[in-house]
Amino acid sequence: MRKFFTALAAVAVIGLIAGAASAEIKKVRIGTEGAYPPFNYIDENGKLRGFDVEIAQALCDAMKAECEFVVQDWDGIIPGLLAKKYDAIIASMSITEERKKKVDFTDKYYNTPAKFVQRKGAGHKIILEDGVDTVADVSKVHLNKEGLKGKTIAVQRATIHENFLRDTLGDVVTIRAYATQDEANMDLVSGRVDLVLADSVALDDGFLKTEAGKDFEFVGPGFTDRKWFGDGAGIAVRKDDTELREALNKALKQILADGTYKKINDKYFDFDVYGG
Amino acid sequence: MDLSIVWESLPRLFQGSLLTVEITALSVVIGLALAIPLAMMRLARNPFVWMPVYAYIFYFRGTPFIVQLFLIYYGSGQFRDALDAAGLWPFFREAYFCAVLALTLNTAAYTAEILRGAIQAVPHGEIEAARACGMSRALLYRRIILPKAFRLALPAYSNEVVFLLQTTSIVSIIALMDLTGVARVIIARSFEPYKLFLTAAVFYLVMTYAILFAFRKVEHWLSGHLRERPSAEKEAAAAAEAVALR
Amino acid sequence: MFDLKGYGWMLWDGVQVTLAVGVCSLAVALVLGLFGAWGKLSSSRLARAAAEVYTTVVRGVPELILILIVYYGVPTLIQDTAASFGYDIFVDLNPFLAGFLTLGFVYGAFATEVFRGAYLAVPKGQIEAAYACGMSRALMTRRILLPQMWRFALPGLGNVWMVLIKATALISVIQLPELMRNADIAARAVRLPFTFFFAASLIYLGITAVSMMLQHRAEAWANRGVRRD
Repeated sequence: MRKFFTALAAVAVIGLIAGAASAEIKKVRIGTEGAYPPFNYIDENGKLRGFDVEIAQALCDAMKAECEFVVQDWDGIIPGLLAKKYDAIIASMSITEERKKKVDFTDKYYNTPAKFVQRKGAGHKIILEDGVDTVADVSKVHLNKEGLKGKTIAVQRATIHENFLRDTLGDVVTIRAYATQDEANMDLVSGRVDLVLADSVALDDGFLKTEAGKDFEFVGPGFTDRKWFGDGAGIAVRKDDTELREALNKALKQILADGTYKKINDKYFDFDVYGG
Repeated sequence: MDLSIVWESLPRLFQGSLLTVEITALSVVIGLALAIPLAMMRLARNPFVWMPVYAYIFYFRGTPFIVQLFLIYYGSGQFRDALDAAGLWPFFREAYFCAVLALTLNTAAYTAEILRGAIQAVPHGEIEAARACGMSRALLYRRIILPKAFRLALPAYSNEVVFLLQTTSIVSIIALMDLTGVARVIIARSFEPYKLFLTAAVFYLVMTYAILFAFRKVEHWLSGHLRERPSAEKEAAAAAEAVALR
Repeated sequence: MFDLKGYGWMLWDGVQVTLAVGVCSLAVALVLGLFGAWGKLSSSRLARAAAEVYTTVVRGVPELILILIVYYGVPTLIQDTAASFGYDIFVDLNPFLAGFLTLGFVYGAFATEVFRGAYLAVPKGQIEAAYACGMSRALMTRRILLPQMWRFALPGLGNVWMVLIKATALISVIQLPELMRNADIAARAVRLPFTFFFAASLIYLGITAVSMMLQHRAEAWANRGVRRD
């Protein structure tokens, strides 16, 4: 019955708080997705976990503020911020020009490339050039439009990966946009789609290294083109919220300097996700 | 208020509406074709006939559509090998097929129940008269019971079609680009939720009343010989019944 | 058959939220339904028009769209409006609140038709007789109208409840941790979608079955003292 009453009590949370300009930030409400392992996910005890969540916690500790997490599906995560459902998004959101029109970002807190995944031995070819490891400028290489024609590619809805696909291959491939990355992966496993495009680390740790992903592999180079993939993952805040942005940037510098960041990094990854 | 995003999106939303109309129409037609035999089986005396049909109707009326859709779409993935072996996987592979299948099974259950009620409401006198004229059972159904039942079922059935149209919005969750799906994709890049959802709402409103208008025409046309001055009580009873049947 | 891999408790938690949000929605729906019916039967043109617009809009727009509008749109709308008057306020509708307000709003329109039908089913002679006995309008409503309206409305309201409880599954799209969403989270985590969605569907079926039974009892109770023919 406990849950029942918490649910009822939650009704009382219609806040009507006059926005007083306080110098100190006491409480930060953080929006995250909870469906993007290993960055943020809900474990079997119903608790939020992951790299993003621990970074958020560390930032709040550094700011001496109280953290409250709000779970929000990805495609509504920016509208939710604008509607003041929370004050910051810490959910592996890439800093892009398109998003900057609506929200402000802190400095990046990690940066990893995007990659495609296919069934082992499916033999898809993403770009015509051989031996390319990362593509920082898509206009310098040739996407294999001929070979990918008619293929179905899964992405998560409202992501940089969806935008990239629609803009570069949208005319030749069928794009299936899912609410969560897990659903996109699930449909790759069941054979409904030929390829998945997403963040390489999320795909590696959240899918390829799991039981379900054992028959799948990366294909093609990593994509880092700034036009779509931006400058890495940052924390989004509302445009007028300079105070919070600066406090978060300060806290970010602090945890990078005092080793907290590295500790969290090493807990989740065997390489440096902060990136160059 | 800046409404340029709405104007720019209208052609794409219109495209999405076409898919909405398409899957609604497909499910309505197949669902009705299934519902007629189901309603008759539901009224059979043999328990081996009516009990499975009763269970099917009870299941699909007693559970939310979104669960049915996920069960068919994501659930089928769990049985991929078996479905592959049976040669059915190419169908279940398509979100479009899964959506239409779920919608059809759902509306067939509701429609069968509406038809059952209507068949039972056909006046006994008419059936007895037909029997007395020496009609066979098949002829009786074809000439007397079904035509009368259809007419009786029409108000409730028009509601069912409207409900189905609105239910189709849920298929956007399995990444189909219906009206709601298109609206959500546009919002994903423009971050203007209420402008686009309100526009989509207007589209649905227009489609709903187009359907109701069409049904009213059909009803009017079918009941020419019965027309009388409408009374408030009858209207109220019909309205109450419409809710009761869902 | 059902190996829930340790996620069973999540379904149980979800059921409780489903029932809580369902009961709250029903309460809102009943209140709106009474107002709506009053509006529809009112002699005031304005009230009639308002009630008509209300039921028309609800009938024509999918619940999913309304839920999304209320959850994402309404807070922004209120804040923008307040901002244009120079107030900086923060209004949040959490998923629970947004969910039951929306469903209450939607099913209030259905309840409106039920109550309207129930009012019309009360014989007018009885109302006239009550006035003739010198009853005031309030007393007539309390003693004659409402007791009988409930009886006529009960079957319809039972149906409203059963449709409504299924509609709560849609609140999962605004991340309320109710039955459907928890089943979805569990299904994705252990990649057993059929198992979890089927389990969830059986729970919904159970709720429907229990509701039907209670409805029968309630109707029998409401109809006690009424001659059966």
